[in-house]
Amino acid sequence: MKPRQKRFLYIVIAIAAVGIAVGLVLNALKDNVSLYFTPTQVYNKEAPEGRSFRIGGLVEEGSIKREADGLTVNFVITDLHKTLPVVYKGILPDLFKEGKGVVVQGKMEAGGLMRADEVLAKHDENYMPPEAADALKKAETAAAAANSSSAASPSSGTPGAQ
Amino acid sequence: MIPELGHFSLIVALCLAMVLGVLPILGAARNNAVLMGVARPVAYGQLLFVGLSFAALAYAFLNNDFSVLYVAQHSNSQLPAIYRFSAIWGGHEGSLLLWALFLSVWTAAVALFSRHLPEEMVARVLGVMGLIAVGFMLFMLFTSSPFERLLPAAADGRDLNPLLQDPGLVIHPPMLYMGYVGFSVAYAFAISALLGGKLDATWARWSRPWTTVAWVFMTLGIALGSGWAYYELGWGGWWFWDPVENASFMPWLLGTALIHSLAVTEKRGAFKSWTVLLAIAAFSLSLLGTFLVRSGVLTSVHSFAADPKRGIFILTFLVLVVGASLLLFAWRAPKVGLGGKFDLISRESLLLSNNVLLSVASASVFIGTLYPLFMDALGYGKLSVGAPYFEAVFVPLMIPMVLLMGLGPLARWKKMEVPELAKRVQWGFASALVLALLLPLLMGKFLMLEANKWSPMIVVGLLMAFWIIASLVISLRQRWAGQGAFMARVRKQSRSYYGMQLAHLGVAFFIIGVTLVKGYETERDVRMNVGDTVMAGGYEFKFNGVTETEGPNYVAGMGHVVVSQDGKRVGELNPEKRQYNVSGMPLTEAAIQTGLFRDLYVSLGEAIPESEGAWAVRVYIKPFVDWIWAGCLLMGLGGLFAVSDRRYRIHKQAVKQGQPS
Repeated sequence: MKPRQKRFLYIVIAIAAVGIAVGLVLNALKDNVSLYFTPTQVYNKEAPEGRSFRIGGLVEEGSIKREADGLTVNFVITDLHKTLPVVYKGILPDLFKEGKGVVVQGKMEAGGLMRADEVLAKHDENYMPPEAADALKKAETAAAAANSSSAASPSSGTPGAQ
Repeated sequence: MIPELGHFSLIVALCLAMVLGVLPILGAARNNAVLMGVARPVAYGQLLFVGLSFAALAYAFLNNDFSVLYVAQHSNSQLPAIYRFSAIWGGHEGSLLLWALFLSVWTAAVALFSRHLPEEMVARVLGVMGLIAVGFMLFMLFTSSPFERLLPAAADGRDLNPLLQDPGLVIHPPMLYMGYVGFSVAYAFAISALLGGKLDATWARWSRPWTTVAWVFMTLGIALGSGWAYYELGWGGWWFWDPVENASFMPWLLGTALIHSLAVTEKRGAFKSWTVLLAIAAFSLSLLGTFLVRSGVLTSVHSFAADPKRGIFILTFLVLVVGASLLLFAWRAPKVGLGGKFDLISRESLLLSNNVLLSVASASVFIGTLYPLFMDALGYGKLSVGAPYFEAVFVPLMIPMVLLMGLGPLARWKKMEVPELAKRVQWGFASALVLALLLPLLMGKFLMLEANKWSPMIVVGLLMAFWIIASLVISLRQRWAGQGAFMARVRKQSRSYYGMQLAHLGVAFFIIGVTLVKGYETERDVRMNVGDTVMAGGYEFKFNGVTETEGPNYVAGMGHVVVSQDGKRVGELNPEKRQYNVSGMPLTEAAIQTGLFRDLYVSLGEAIPESEGAWAVRVYIKPFVDWIWAGCLLMGLGGLFAVSDRRYRIHKQAVKQGQPS
């Protein structure tokens, strides 16, 4: 082979390799990205149906209930304005506690219940997951906007914990 | 008083680093021997003062000086002394000081072990490292000094996060940091070669041992971190594709590519520009890793809540380093030349393909890790990229990589005929394939694993591992063949050759571990009453309840789980659920019985209310999981073996004799 042909061949191989890699990346991204939502967004039906997503917020005080099998746990996630009931079967992380930040991955079921496949609590008690903090902040601003636009009617959301 | 001295030493070290970053490089440009001569003593001075600063912080920690804010935040008088020491790098500020210390150690080491290098080269390398030190020390002094006072002093400290109170965490961060920072040496060598406009085989030979040592530290550091996650987080996983794990994995992948590319540059003078680019990229990714961990932009096990000022500083620093290096590269690289020619099928081309695959793998990890950040920054909302993404991309890239890895050491430099190469490997490949197909069928019988499970992924994984081993055997047979005493021929091969093969064997071990643990692991989450038994993977676990126990700074419930197999007692496992006194934080301490072919792993969930001592218990059988870390250890040993090659020392003497003093 002439050097020119050879160089051409190298370039073709390199482009093919990069092309395959890009294909792999895009294909994998399509299937494995999960979006974050807040309880308020779920309440407003913004979350996808039949697809797994993540939700951030606080575990509502007094909401953790265990079923008799000892492994199934029901609890409620709140952004202090709207709430979402969650059910999870399995062992929870050490720092999963009422009143603390949490991120849950799962799918919506009929009746507005979220079935979680994964519950993440952070490894440091003083550390709030940004997604949970973000959910609280968003709910705060959304509620403020709703209040100012319909100041006359009493708020229909949960009054919050303040 | 001592903390102020520490702070002052840091300022002195910064001044020295500034001198180091300017004068020697200027001297090298002007060929001024006096200015260049400044480099070595200043490098030692920088180490001395950063060392004093570190010692001051260590003193504050060991003596429970809670008038220092950082100490009060991360330590406690009840904490055992060893953890009071490791608490130095338990938070952001101290980690940075450790980073600066290691950078100074590497700088001083280069100054000490570079007597055989031309003065200009030494001056430039040390100068570049000085500039990096300036960046880090400015960062520390302006945004995150560990010596800030807390007035009035706290009565006691807030305690170290219990997860970090673990022997693994005493060594993991220092090892990893040595690796991260070690790539700065490869980077400095590349930049000084660009500055001097002389990129040749000798440059590659000088750069090689440093790069390999940094890579060894990084390999072991990552392995330690993974081992810690396995036994400490209590979920039995060993790799989570967590952003911060990825942050260390990306430079590791590029570092691996760099080691191989340097080998070609040294032996054949080829790939010069590529090698330089890899060195720049590997160090940039190390810096990016720091940015990801320290800025708090990513949700991760490792994130410390931090203020955005820090993130912006590191990002600016990163942009400066990457931008300046790439500009320099664009300006100088065309002068470097292309180096030796080689054929389409040759060891060079195989190594080049390997390099491309490693870089692409690194890039795909990069995309998965930073995608959520970009989407968030662009206002598309928050999202996360899960572990399945990384597995879906990474595994298909590694399969051709490993196939080439077996061919590389068997191919000749410059030119190799395909039929000849095929003839060399055909039996090796065939036997690897047969073994990989048959072994899963026999697995249940010999290794007491659950049933005879056969899946394509297991076969592919085993094929990869056996293929590497087959290639190793073929290569050794070739090298050891010939006339005369066998041992003499064994000894004749270079240490770098044995090192390479050892590291490759490590990869084979690693693949065996990953394949078998993924394919055959058993996991059970169950509710257990006192006296209950559960079967998992052929083992019987009997739960004998939980008793109270006490540690130096925690109280714990200790589970008693008796494991037996076919009626024979294997042992008792004692997982703990701890409650730390100061922070009140709970911690699950898994109990693991390690074995050559399997780990038994038990951890406690929570006590079940309104029952008579029942607990949620998690039981795992992890076949061959320890082979993962054994593989990493072999890779590290291989690297060390390669570095000890006589070639690097012979060269030193030869040059010494050659140079008139």
